[in-house]
Amino acid sequence: MTNSSNAITSVPSDVATIGMGEPYALIAEFETVQEVLKAAEQIRDAGYMSWDVHSPIPIHHINHAMGLRPTILPWITLVHGIAGGVFGLVLTWWMNATTVPGISPSVQGYEFLVSGKPIYSWQANIPIIFETTVLFAAIGTLLGLLGLNKLPMLYNPLARSRRFLRSTADRFMIVIEAEDPEFDLARTTSLLRAQHPTAIELVTE
Amino acid sequence: MSSISIANGSHDSTIEHRAPAAQGTQWDQQLNDPRHRVPLVLGNHDFTTVTDLVAGIALGRTPRMWYVAMSISLTLLSLLLVTVGYLLVTGVGVWGNNNTVSWGFPIINFVFWVGIGHAGTLISAILFLLRQNWRTGINRFAEAMTIFAVCCAAIFPGLHVGRIWLAYWLLPYPNELAMWPQARSPLLWDVFAVGTYATVSLLFWYMGMIPDLATLRDRATRRGSQWVYGVLSLGWNGSSRHWMRFEKAYLLLAALATPLVLSVHSVVSFDFATSQVPGWHTTIFPPYFVAGAVFGGFAMVLTLSIPCREWFGLKDLITHRHIENMAKVMLGTGLIVSYAYSIEFFTAWYSMQSYEQFVFMNRPLGPYAWAFWTMVTCNVIAPQAIWFPAVRKRVWAIFIVAMFVNVGMWFERFVIVVTSLHEDFLPSSWAMFNPTWVDYGMFLGSFGLFFTLFLLFCRFLPMVAIAEVKTVMPQAHAAEYPIKYDYQPSSDTPKELQRGHWFT
Repeated sequence: MTNSSNAITSVPSDVATIGMGEPYALIAEFETVQEVLKAAEQIRDAGYMSWDVHSPIPIHHINHAMGLRPTILPWITLVHGIAGGVFGLVLTWWMNATTVPGISPSVQGYEFLVSGKPIYSWQANIPIIFETTVLFAAIGTLLGLLGLNKLPMLYNPLARSRRFLRSTADRFMIVIEAEDPEFDLARTTSLLRAQHPTAIELVTE
Repeated sequence: MSSISIANGSHDSTIEHRAPAAQGTQWDQQLNDPRHRVPLVLGNHDFTTVTDLVAGIALGRTPRMWYVAMSISLTLLSLLLVTVGYLLVTGVGVWGNNNTVSWGFPIINFVFWVGIGHAGTLISAILFLLRQNWRTGINRFAEAMTIFAVCCAAIFPGLHVGRIWLAYWLLPYPNELAMWPQARSPLLWDVFAVGTYATVSLLFWYMGMIPDLATLRDRATRRGSQWVYGVLSLGWNGSSRHWMRFEKAYLLLAALATPLVLSVHSVVSFDFATSQVPGWHTTIFPPYFVAGAVFGGFAMVLTLSIPCREWFGLKDLITHRHIENMAKVMLGTGLIVSYAYSIEFFTAWYSMQSYEQFVFMNRPLGPYAWAFWTMVTCNVIAPQAIWFPAVRKRVWAIFIVAMFVNVGMWFERFVIVVTSLHEDFLPSSWAMFNPTWVDYGMFLGSFGLFFTLFLLFCRFLPMVAIAEVKTVMPQAHAAEYPIKYDYQPSSDTPKELQRGHWFT
């Protein structure tokens, strides 16, 4: 951090420090959903951007308390679903209903005449089109989720805090990262302290 | 049935201390009164103890009963390996299938196993969309059951194609043979339906498990466990931004899986219904098969959950009410199945089609009457016991009913496949079906595969959806915030406070 007031020497005495490097983030631990929601509203109103609430469960209304916008994930699912539907349609048509002259026989489809029925009837291909739609949409949803969440993330400096590990079990953590333009070690610490957390920790890089 | 200590020391004693607060049996604590919400987690649990309880199973010592169960499963699994190996080196002639009954055990077992999977998806997807919060206790291992059942199912048609080393011909891929699958055949629909079903079920199961794997990672003390759970959990850290997208993704996958699960057994039923064979060529098959699948699947979930909650000490999370609810779903779908059985007879009579009428006289009165009446006893008569509170009050009575249904649903497929085929249009080609030891061995062996996978899952993965169970506990809700289920910012949130990147 360029800001000299964020030097690690200025850590208040009641804040445990993990590691010796530059400040990475401040962690404040809360015990109940109610407390963390109230605290999140204060952090939101103080104008922080690079911060998060870590919890073992999805908290109702945390999006309001943090001021989060809804995710674009459904649109990713929709685009993949449409792609899957088109894929199924083209696949069935290519395999059984068309011959394109001049193409290598290994990729060439052919008109498959069955009992004098129409060469291509989309109704008979609905099952396959439906399945590819669902398949693509589901894969797109998972990849979209991981992509938007920037996962996999195989190293997280926060995990060096033993206390932070409880955020996947039974505690709620507010984490404000040092890269936030509003971040100032003394000011941010006192803001967090004002929310009455059970503990505050500083994690360094 | 005595409960087996998970031998993790700390949490066992914690629960002992908390348990006495409960009054009477679980049946007494969870009144059948629709005006009151029944607590879904009993025994004074909080987030800490729920985490301890479930993570303790995966991270603690292996219960002795697990080894006993595993050795039985591995014995059965070796039976599968032996019979499949014997079939591969000899040929499909080792089965009892003959020219008349060309679909014998392989297809019966395929439909049986695929059907079982349906309950898992119903619990994870349809009950989620219907906001049935009690599903949280059972959905994880019901989904696991789905995946393992589909694994078992996939073996049989794979072998039934005859030359399993060419089974990849089922897939549409560009090839030098200039050969494509027939996209208007229900058998190809089946490839797509079951393939998609297996993939989506696996995705759904895995995605739902990521937060719980992170919980195990953060609580593991051994380096190896930390590493394995760490890789599997993909760095999940409980971020609320992540949770928000996670919940949306969960909703989307549930919405995708719901029509999917209805389509899978419908497509399986098309394998029969689009043929000309009397007894198969009926329009009732898709809904009848789907209801039957859910019916048989819930019986299997009960078969697994009743012993598991005893052995792994999960009675506070998978309560009597969970078992009772599943029994009621089983009764409801059982009634649909019973209706389908009777309407088939009506349709055969009403059709005035002699072949159709013959098949439906042949079922209850012909040489396979024993199979038909076994089916009726197990699927129509046995579930009626669930009507009585005296039965629902006793978990092990429900277990017995579920065992009847397991047997009955296998016989349903036997009746559909064998009685329709063995005497159809030409009396000259009538034949009886005699299963061989390979048929029996392979069927028993498939249970070995199923239970082996399931026991590995119980031992090493979070058997109950820890995070989801926590969301239905009172601790998950802030007193001043009403419970709502969407993630749209409320209208009074100022624009400048609706923060985030341009994409979120």
